[in-house]
Amino acid sequence: MKLNAILAGAALALGLAGAAQAEDKTKIGFVFVGPIGDGGWTYEHNQGRLAVEREFGDKIETVYQESVPEGADAERVLTQMALSGAKLIFTTSFGYMDPTINVARKFPEVKFEHATGYKRAENVGTYSARFYEGRAVQGLIAGRMTESNIVGYIASYPIPEVVRGINAAYLHAKKVNPDVQFKVIWAYTWFDPAKEADAATALIEQGADVILQHTDSTAPQAAAEKAGNVITFGQASDMSEYAPSPRVSSIIDNWAPYYIERIQAVLDGTWESDDTWDGIGPGMVKIGEISSAVPEDVKAEALALKAALASGDYHPFTGPLNKQDGSPWLAEGEVADDATLLGMNFFVEGLTGEIPQ
Amino acid sequence: MDLSAINPVVLIASLMVAATPILLAAIGELVVEKAGVLNLGVEGMMITGAICGFAAAVETGSPALGFLAAMLGAALLSLVFGLLTQVLMSNQVATGLALTLFGLGLSALIGQRYVGLKPPATARLDLGPLSDIPVLGRILFSHDAVVYLSLALVAAVWAFLRFTRAGLILRAVGENHDAAHALGYKVVRIRLAAIAFGGACAGLGGAYLSLVRVPQWTEGMTAGAGWIALAIVVFASWRPTRVLLGAYLFGGVAVLQLNLQAAGVAVPVELLSASPYLVTILVLVIMSADRGRAALNAPASLGRVFHAST
Repeated sequence: MKLNAILAGAALALGLAGAAQAEDKTKIGFVFVGPIGDGGWTYEHNQGRLAVEREFGDKIETVYQESVPEGADAERVLTQMALSGAKLIFTTSFGYMDPTINVARKFPEVKFEHATGYKRAENVGTYSARFYEGRAVQGLIAGRMTESNIVGYIASYPIPEVVRGINAAYLHAKKVNPDVQFKVIWAYTWFDPAKEADAATALIEQGADVILQHTDSTAPQAAAEKAGNVITFGQASDMSEYAPSPRVSSIIDNWAPYYIERIQAVLDGTWESDDTWDGIGPGMVKIGEISSAVPEDVKAEALALKAALASGDYHPFTGPLNKQDGSPWLAEGEVADDATLLGMNFFVEGLTGEIPQ
Repeated sequence: MDLSAINPVVLIASLMVAATPILLAAIGELVVEKAGVLNLGVEGMMITGAICGFAAAVETGSPALGFLAAMLGAALLSLVFGLLTQVLMSNQVATGLALTLFGLGLSALIGQRYVGLKPPATARLDLGPLSDIPVLGRILFSHDAVVYLSLALVAAVWAFLRFTRAGLILRAVGENHDAAHALGYKVVRIRLAAIAFGGACAGLGGAYLSLVRVPQWTEGMTAGAGWIALAIVVFASWRPTRVLLGAYLFGGVAVLQLNLQAAGVAVPVELLSASPYLVTILVLVIMSADRGRAALNAPASLGRVFHAST
């Protein structure tokens, strides 16, 4: 109660001070988990921020903080941003979920948008993209392209988002190549180029000739290039500097339209907390150009899958599917519902290794 | 589980590569601390070295010039720290932390134009028939020059501190700067030289990361390596040979845990991921149990401000 009073007082004081100079500018805050120059996840969120600035010009002002650790520091940064007068704050990593909810409670007037989380409040909305659709396309290319039948996967943290990606990629690799085998390394980091490079090297040394990644830097691409005869995919960002090989395609996050829409809603006063989860269809997930290193027939097959996903004709998790332990999950023709997908904490049948709990 | 998938020879060779940046930064910091200065800005100096080296290598097309520029750039940055702490007598801990933040920001600024570029390849030394020796050839004779340089540097620092007069003076300055001053040694000058050397080593380590280990520039790419280097100096209780051991142990566990995961070993992954840190802490605990010696071995004037009039 006391803290609330102090914060409210401070916010009021700052608000009064700020009102004099920037009355008509709406302040929009962004909290990033990595540096904006990471070439991947944070880079694309920052591209969204820049697009917002171009779109609204003088009507808004954006502030951002990069490389914010997921934890107590995030709460400090968020509080700071809210105190400095931000009206809408985007928090762009799963680990900011609880800090966002905590800070939102103290600032009911400030709107928050949390990426990839599941906890909402009156003033906290969530948004995410169906990356697993993109990973299904990558899995298909991986399954067709591998000669050693060993696909390496650099995973970050054992959260549903990452597990979903592994399952989607594996299912579609397996579909076109029954002999395919996945080796997963949990890096326990979103961004550590040296560790990602070492993980890629370890996978390559153990026979992988395709590397999929769910970490944010381009270090695995560099490692694959050094090894030769290994293909990779761009993650979050196109990573086209490594095309046509080792990077043969990519999943691109396209946040700009969403950011523009939500800021417009705040300006119009129509903003409401909701949950957005869009995929290839609405264009939130894009597939980067499939390079010339991929044979034409494989490319055509991948594009067909992409088209089916975009139109909604096909769902990546369609039965019959079993869980890793052999227990049935989806019956023939049954499609996974969003709640299961959002909380996915199991591997599908055929994957080896365990998800760290 | 398939342990046969792990090739121990390749593992050792890659742990040497993984450990080299930390080893370089740590051996530099050891000299700085032996001179009685606590420079917590290693991370900042490393990342500055990483971008200076990367930029120079890309612009000139020569990795050797890149490494040189990295040493120069980071040494210059460390001299900012030196100026502040030795001449203006600011607090070393605070200034060191500020140096890290400054280095991270500066490197991001310089690096804007270099995101996504590829550096010229650093050639492996051609040691002819030596690298064809089974097992040993791959482990000992298949690296690039910087790996050997780092090993030579450890030996040189060890010999310098142990056998030379200059090394004795450096240690005297670190143990008791007032006594060293009374004997007529230029405490500030000696410390500045040590700080510049530490900066050059950290810069070289950073450039090794951006030119060889990861080969590319990404903001914040050192991702805490500088802090590990700092920890390893304490871990090594300020002894060069133990710095080598500590760095290789850390690099080894880090690479091994990734290989174990890829081989599907059923060990809790969180444990594997934390293992380099756990091992470091464990050894620290074991060594500090030997309380008298470990405590005695820290330079007595470490972190203390020196003023000639006191």
